[in-house]
Parts: sequence; C-alpha cells; structure tokens
Amino acid sequence: MNLLDIILFLPLIGFLVALLLPSADLVKKFTLGLSILIFILSLGLLGPVLSDPKVYQFETNTPWIATPKIGYHIGIDGLSIWLVILATFLTPIAAIISWKYIDHRVKEFFAFLLLLEFGMLGVFIALDLFLFYVFWEVALVPMYMLIGIWGHDRRIYAAVKFFLYTLVGSVLMLAAMIYIFNKAKTFDYVQIVSAIQSHNLTFTHTEELLLFLAFFLAFAIKVPLFPLHTWLPDAHVEAPTAGSVMLASVMLKMGTYGLVRFCLPLFPGAAHENAYWINMLAIIGIVYGALVAMVQPNIKKLVAYSSVSHLGFVVLGIFSFTQQGLDGAVYVMLAHGISTGALFMIVGMLYERQHSLLIKDFGGVATAAPNLTVMFVITTLASVGLPMLCNFVGEFLVLQGAAQANFAWAAGASLGVIFSAVYMLWMVQRVFYGKTPESVAHHVTDLTPREWLAIAPMIVLMVWGGVYSQTFMPAISSGNAKILEMSKDTHKSDWNSEQHKAAATNAH
Amino acid sequence: MHLWLIPILPLIGFLINGIFGKKLSKPVVNIVAIGSVLLSFAWVLKTFSGLYPLEEAHVEKYFTWISSGTFNIGFDLMIDKLNSILLLIITGVGLLIHIYATGYMAHEEGYYRFFAYLNLFMFFMLILVLGANFLLLFVGWEGVGLCSYLLIGFYFTEKFAGDAGKKAFIVNRVGDFGFALAMFLIFIQFGSLDFATAFHAAEQMPKETSCGILTGICLLLILGATGKSAQIPLYVWLPDAMAGPTPVSALIHAATMVTAGVYMVTRSHAMFNNAPIALEVLAVIGLLTAFFAATIGLAQTDIKKVFAYSTVSQLGYMFLGLGVGSYSGGVFHLMTHAFFKALLFLGAGSVIHGCHHEQEMSQMGGLMKKMPVTAITLFCAGFAIAGLPFTSGAASKDLILEAAYVHHPWMYWLGLLTAFMTAFYVFRALFWTFFGEYRGHAHPHESPISMTAPLMVLAVLSLGGGFINIPHWLESMTHEHHPHVDTLIAMLPFAAGFGGIALAYVMYVLAPGIPEQLASTFSGLYRLIYNKYFVDEAYDAAIVHPLEEGSRELLWKGVDAGIIDGVVNGAGKTSAGIGGVLRRLQSGSIRNYAAWVVAGSILVIVAIGVMGGSH
Repeated sequence: MNLLDIILFLPLIGFLVALLLPSADLVKKFTLGLSILIFILSLGLLGPVLSDPKVYQFETNTPWIATPKIGYHIGIDGLSIWLVILATFLTPIAAIISWKYIDHRVKEFFAFLLLLEFGMLGVFIALDLFLFYVFWEVALVPMYMLIGIWGHDRRIYAAVKFFLYTLVGSVLMLAAMIYIFNKAKTFDYVQIVSAIQSHNLTFTHTEELLLFLAFFLAFAIKVPLFPLHTWLPDAHVEAPTAGSVMLASVMLKMGTYGLVRFCLPLFPGAAHENAYWINMLAIIGIVYGALVAMVQPNIKKLVAYSSVSHLGFVVLGIFSFTQQGLDGAVYVMLAHGISTGALFMIVGMLYERQHSLLIKDFGGVATAAPNLTVMFVITTLASVGLPMLCNFVGEFLVLQGAAQANFAWAAGASLGVIFSAVYMLWMVQRVFYGKTPESVAHHVTDLTPREWLAIAPMIVLMVWGGVYSQTFMPAISSGNAKILEMSKDTHKSDWNSEQHKAAATNAH
Repeated sequence: MHLWLIPILPLIGFLINGIFGKKLSKPVVNIVAIGSVLLSFAWVLKTFSGLYPLEEAHVEKYFTWISSGTFNIGFDLMIDKLNSILLLIITGVGLLIHIYATGYMAHEEGYYRFFAYLNLFMFFMLILVLGANFLLLFVGWEGVGLCSYLLIGFYFTEKFAGDAGKKAFIVNRVGDFGFALAMFLIFIQFGSLDFATAFHAAEQMPKETSCGILTGICLLLILGATGKSAQIPLYVWLPDAMAGPTPVSALIHAATMVTAGVYMVTRSHAMFNNAPIALEVLAVIGLLTAFFAATIGLAQTDIKKVFAYSTVSQLGYMFLGLGVGSYSGGVFHLMTHAFFKALLFLGAGSVIHGCHHEQEMSQMGGLMKKMPVTAITLFCAGFAIAGLPFTSGAASKDLILEAAYVHHPWMYWLGLLTAFMTAFYVFRALFWTFFGEYRGHAHPHESPISMTAPLMVLAVLSLGGGFINIPHWLESMTHEHHPHVDTLIAMLPFAAGFGGIALAYVMYVLAPGIPEQLASTFSGLYRLIYNKYFVDEAYDAAIVHPLEEGSRELLWKGVDAGIIDGVVNGAGKTSAGIGGVLRRLQSGSIRNYAAWVVAGSILVIVAIGVMGGSH
C-alpha cells in the first residue's frame, strides 16, 4: 500500500461510507472533508514525481485476475501527475458549488461525486490496459447519474446520447485491447510498450491501423473531436453545475490523456500515418466550435461549444509530434480544466439566481453583481488566451509546435483565437453590460462567501499558470519527451520490409 | 538598475485601487494612481541618467516564463536608445494625463475603477516597450488591448460603449493573428524569440535565402501593426474607440498604445531592412491611410471624431516614414505626435467638460473668451500638427516627407496634399469651436487647474519638442543618412500648413456660408466622406453578417443539429431498447447502478471468452 493506492481507494471507500451515513447534511460535510483530505494527500505525490518525472513513481503491480491475466498495475509520472491533482483539486470545489444547488437525493449525489473521482483517478494512473478500461467505465457511470437524475428538463435525452456515443467507442477499444492481449499475452501497458519498442511485438500495417482506430475512436468521442462532439453540448446543458464542471475540466481530458498515453506509444506508425486528417479534424473543430458557440442563445451551450474549440488545440498539439505541441497540449488540458471549469461554475451561479440559461434573460449583471462580473471577465480573458493567464501558455505552445510540423495548420488553428474573442466578448456584453432589467436587479445578487471559496482558488491558478508556468511545465515536458521518444515513426521500415517480403514471395 | 520597478509600480497602483478602491476616498485613489506613475517616471529618469548615453542595450533577466524543449522564453526586460524614448513618453505624458483625469473624471461613477484600469494600462504598455523578446512584447501588446477594451467600454451600461470596446478587441485580434504567425516563423527560422538572437541571425542570413522568409515574417508583423496602430484595413475600431472617456483617448488612442505598431516595426528593423517588399507595402499602407483618414476628417462634426481620424492619419505618416527607410523620422513623429495629439484630445476634453458633455461642434463656437487657456493651448497643438515652422510637428513631419521624396516623389506629393488637408480640418475644428458666437445651450466655463496645467505643459512640448534631436539620438542604431533635398521641397510643407489654416480661416471665420454651399454642391461626395466611405457597412455586409448567419443556419442548425444529430438520433431510435433501459435510470437507485456494473462485467467476460476461444 503506497500513497497512490491510498489516494485511489479513499474515494471508493468514501462512496460506500457516504451511502451508509444517516443524514444528507452529514454526507455533504463528509464528502467535502474527505475530498479535501485526498487533495492534500495528492500533493504528497509531487515531491518524488517532480524530482524524477520520467519514471513511474508510486508503482504497484500485483495480479488481480488470474485468467485472463489482469494486473492491478498503477503508477504516476510527469504526464499524469498534474491531471491527478486537477481531479483531486476540483472534487472538493464541485462539492462546494453543489452545497445548495442540489436539493433532492442529496446523499446519492455526493456519493457519486466521490465515485466519479475514483474512476477519474484510476484512468490517469492505470498501467494495465484492462484496468484502464475498468476505470474508464467506472467513471462513466456516476456521470450518467449526475446528468440523468439531477439534470434539467431534457436530461434523459442527454444521458442516452452520452451513453450511446460512449458505448460505441469503448466497446471497440475493449475489442482492440483483447486483440492485443491475444498477441502480447498480457494486458500490462509497460510490458506491451517495451515489447513494441524492442520489436518483440509487431503488428502488420492493417492490424496496427485498425487497433489504432479502435482506440482513437474511443478517445476522440470523449475529447470530443469534430464531428463526434454533439453529445457534449446536450450533456453540459442538462447536467447540474458540478457535473458540467467535472465533465469539462477532468473527464474530457481522459480522452486526450488516452491519446497521449496509449495511441502514440502503442501505435506510433499508425499515429504518424493518420496525423494529417486527424489534425484537419482538430482544426475544423477549433474553428467550427468557435463559430457555433458564437450563435448560441444559451450560455451553457456556448461554453460547451467553446470546449470543442479548445480541445481541438489539444488534439492538434498531440498530433504535431513536437515537444512544444505535446507540452502545449497537456498544458491546455490543465488550463482548460481551470478556466472552463470556472466558467461553468459561474454560469451555474447565474442559473441559481435567475433560473435561466438564456442570454436574453440577462443583461446589466455588472451593475447588479459586480464581483461576480469581475470573476467572470477574468475567467473569460483566460479562456480567450490572454497572455499572463493560463490558457495562453498552452495554446501558444500548441500553435508553435503545429507551425513546426506544418505552418498551414498553425495558421488555420490561429483563426480560432480570433473567433474565441468574438463569442466570449459578445456574450459578456449581452449578459453583463448594458442596462439592468428589473428581474436581473431583483434576482441576481453578488457572490456569497461560499461561492468566493469556490471561485477564488480558480482565479489564483489562472494567474499562476499564466505567469509562472515553470511550476507545472518541467514535469509535463519530461513526461512528453518520454512519449515522443517511444512514438518515433520507426515502424515504416518494418512495413517496408514486410512489403518487400510480400513482393518477393509474389515474385517466386 | 531594477528595470522591473518601472512596470511594477503602476501594477501595484492597479491592485490597490482595483481591490480596495471602492472603500477608498477620492484623494487616496488619486495619490495611489498618480503616485505610482510618478514613481515609475522618476525611476525611468534615474535609469536613463544612470545608463546615459545607452550605447549598448542594457538587459536584465528575471525568471523563465515558458520553457519547452528548445523553446525558452525568459521574463527579460531591456532598455536601449529606442525604447528609452518611449519610456519617457509613456510615463511622462502618462503622468500628465493621470493628473488631468482627476479633474475630468471628478464627477463620474466608478472613479476608482477608471484609475485602476489606467494604471493597469501603464503596466502593460511599459512591459510592451521593455520586453526583450517578441513574446513579452506580445504580452504588453495584448494587455494594452485589454485595457483599451475595458476603458472604451467604461460606460458599460451604454450599448454603444460596449459595442465599441468589443469591436476594438476583435479587430485587434485579427492583427494579433498576424503577429502570432510571425512569431511562429521567427522561432522556426532563428530558433529564438529573443530580440538580440533573432535580429543577429536575421542580419547574418545571406541575402539570397533571407528575402523570402523575412518578407513573409515582416508582412505578418505589418498585419499586426495595422491592427494596433489603426491602419488600413484594420483602422475601423479607432474612431469608435472615442466612446471611452477623453483622457483614455489621449493616453491610449493617441499618445501611446496606437504607436505600438511603429515601435514594433522599428524594433524589428534588422528584419525589415532585408525585406524591401515589406517596407514598400508598409510605406504604401501608411501613405494611403494618412490620405484617406484625412479626407474623412474633413467632414466630421464631432470634435473627438475629427481628432480620431487625424490620429489614424498621423500614424499613417509614421508608417510612411518607416517604410521609406526613415526609422528615426517615424519615431520622431511618434514623439512629437504624442505631445500635440495628447494636447488636442485633452483640450477637446476640456471643451467637452466645459460644455457639459457636448461633443458636436455645431453646438459650440465663441469659446475663446470663455475658455482662454484651453483655446490658446489647443491652438499651439494646431500649429504643431499643421507643421508650422519651428514647431515640433514640422521637424518630424518634414523629415518623413523628405525621405519619401527621395524614395518616390509621388509619395511626397500625396503626403504634402495630406498635410494641407490636415492643417485645414484641424483649424476648421478650432475656428468652429473657438471663434464666432456660442451656438449651444449650456454655460461653458474654463476647466480647473488640474486640467489646464497639463495642457500648458503639453503646449510647451508641442511647440518646442522638435528641438529634441531624435534622429541624432538614434543614429548609432539606424545608421541612416539624412537626405538633402531642394530647398523648395523642404519648404513646401510649411506652405501647405499655412495654406490649410488660411483656407479654414476663410471658410469658417470670414465667410461661414461656404461650407454648406460646398456640401450641397458636391452632396454625393460629401455624403460619401461624411459616412466614412461606408467601410463599416461594407465590413458588416461582407464579413460580420455572413459569418453570423452562416454559423447559425448552416453550421449549427444545418451540420450540427441536422446532419450529425440526425445520424446519431437515427442510430438511437434503432436501439430504442437501450433508451428504454436508460429511462429507468431516472429512478437512480443503487441497485440499478449495481446491475449495470454486473451487466457490463458479464459482457466483458463473455467477450474475452469469445475472443480467446477463437484462437
């Protein structure tokens, strides 16, 4: 039992305990306390990981299921450390913002929040393919629940859509994992990767392409990559605030994390080969997401489409196969987690006051709730990539990396930076500026101390991440350097020799 | 030398006023806001005198900002001959405008908020000129854009203010797009965004290989400059930006921020020098902007709009100067323009203040007697912008025009015509405002000393600022040879200045009926320039409207809801069974959840069995 095991299982234990607790009030306090404890414990991971971010730290590797051989193999490195901390950091914040918002089935809600944390943490630290799949599915269940039970009017449609999309992707990924197992005789990620590196495990061109696509589809749906994104706006609009925050901030990153951790090193040849059209989709997503966000009448849907745009940057960075691109991609994952998470939080606060998410039902909020407005505007500026706030560092590196791979990609993606200013500032103008209508003046009050507690850490992190990226970047960079080293496109030669052999056989 | 103190002091002022300002009294807000800028100005002076004559750039490195692989950006500040001029202008003129604003804004709501934004602007503007690499310059570049947005939209309850702020930010983003792409290319080509490294590498490149890439980089930088410095085709935001309080127009939209493009191009002269095509483009853009903006200025009736178009036009002169190879002329004009244009705006603000927020010149007139200090100082600024002999404007503008003459005579002649129009429309505004009889209904009064004192300082600078020998100061940096032209060519700009003033005097003092006659005789032309050539309307029809409607009807309702969701929902209906099961999730009991996990696990195990069995 090391620290990582404890951090992973505390939320699961907490989930079970929460269900047994007698009163809703107690469950709230228990969840908040436990999640804060988990966050503090997770900071303990930082020392060892940051001192040597290239190797898996806090590794545990024991058999779990004998046949087929599935291991409980977990570990954490520079690539995953900040994502883990993002998850442990946002869980208590999600609890705080749900304090008053959730008024029925309170106990289950908070319990599911902990279960969600368990699943998400597992995804980021699993080093066994099957274990990864299990966590991947575990994380989905509480999210269905959050949307399906505590969501708004069309919650069932949104939950079904979410389910259908995800099911298609994950079933194919599972099939691909089993196929790999049959060839490699193991689900162990570390063993499989080293076998691939040493050419002890090779796939034919077609095999690798199909396996890559199966993994890629699962992750691309989760990201979501255009045109697989239409579940996201519905899920966000229907989800309760905490659900939206966790979905945007952490869950989407399960997809992009999967791309980096699995798609690149397991199938480097296919990843390189398919990078061109994937990046085209990413760039389309960046511009398309921004343009569609621009015309949304619903604030939450606008923010949801902006996520499609931001996550396009992540995919573009990953498939640029450059150090800057990958570093930027991981940085955007974190920065988007903070800035978009904060946007959803404040949008949720507006909903709690006005009981509407439609832009036309607001106006002049700046006069009615000045502090809330300032927080929203700072978050908006982070989101549109203003330098000295967190998103800029990541997006700039992604674009720099993309430019090195193909200048036209950077030019196309940079258009998204123009449009992001359009949709966000237009929305800010209509919601916060102008004259204050009666209903807004009456209902929209300023931040309460509890809300300050949730939003202030987010603002601090936006500035921190923008001004002093060196807190986070060295670990990310080493993690990515390792991934890049493993995903060099060396397999082309294998395929070529394969083709030569085939040609030679044909000749005989 | 602790260069960091220069920007940090206003940042501290911003934080104090921004966070606690609501609870502070006005005098305290004033002390924080003005004091922080005053200290910053003092520190610039101390640094400047300590390092004089600044033959070498002085660089200070603080910490790594972004580091990824070989991409390293430090938080490095520098001071050299070029930016020392700008530092003095920004903090010096900035200080005067802060003092002025305490009078101008005295009765406004959100007093502390105004000064917080103004200090934040100073911080970013100082970062912009102090930064020792392109990315730090870009930080300042975006930051001043933000402050411009916030200050234009200062009266945020008014829709036009919000619109104008948003327009400024977005149009600038188009320019920033170019700037960012230029930076990507610079890093790819030279492996660094540090000025020293990149420029050294650019100079070392052999001419045969450098021309293409450097031209590309420079054209993209020019796109950036056209945004921030309001040149064709991105100048449209600046006239609208006058929605902000007048001190903002003076500080941000005349004296400092809008000259950032001039600074950026001059800073990159090592690249531009090897990209002659880009320089030619820059000269043409500058000249055309100078000319067209001046024509629009002829017909405006709002006093701030007149000066706004005159700013666009004067910035065009600066770019003309840079484009024809007279960097020192461009920077010289940047400085003199900062003096006389800040004065024009502050004077206009004093008039507006005195006339109780009236901006239409048709509602003014005869104010000379009621506001003598404002009137006299404004005429000083007018003489300078008209380029009368021995004024600051004459020194810098003539340098640019002479360089243009040597480059291409037609540029000189068009520039000369523009100078004539400039003198005419500025004095048209001055005569219309200060001469004749008062036509409004308010009770105009002279402004308080906090406002008139800065006017008087700027009036002295507008007249005498030309004796600060910027070309000589920059000689070791630019290595320019100052061309010698015929005496006639050198003297004609004076004639243009006098001629323009004389014509304005005839039309607006001696025979005030002429303008209306002209307007009705050439009504088509008049309407065209009065409506600014309908450029805003054209942009709306060609870009804004199609983009919005296309996104709504085609992308959102067509592609998203129609095609993609059509497919997804179709698939969903065929698997209605799943939906039925899911519907029961509403009951949300834990047993349901457990059933799901079990069902999923069974599915997985069966799948493994099937797959395993196949081998």
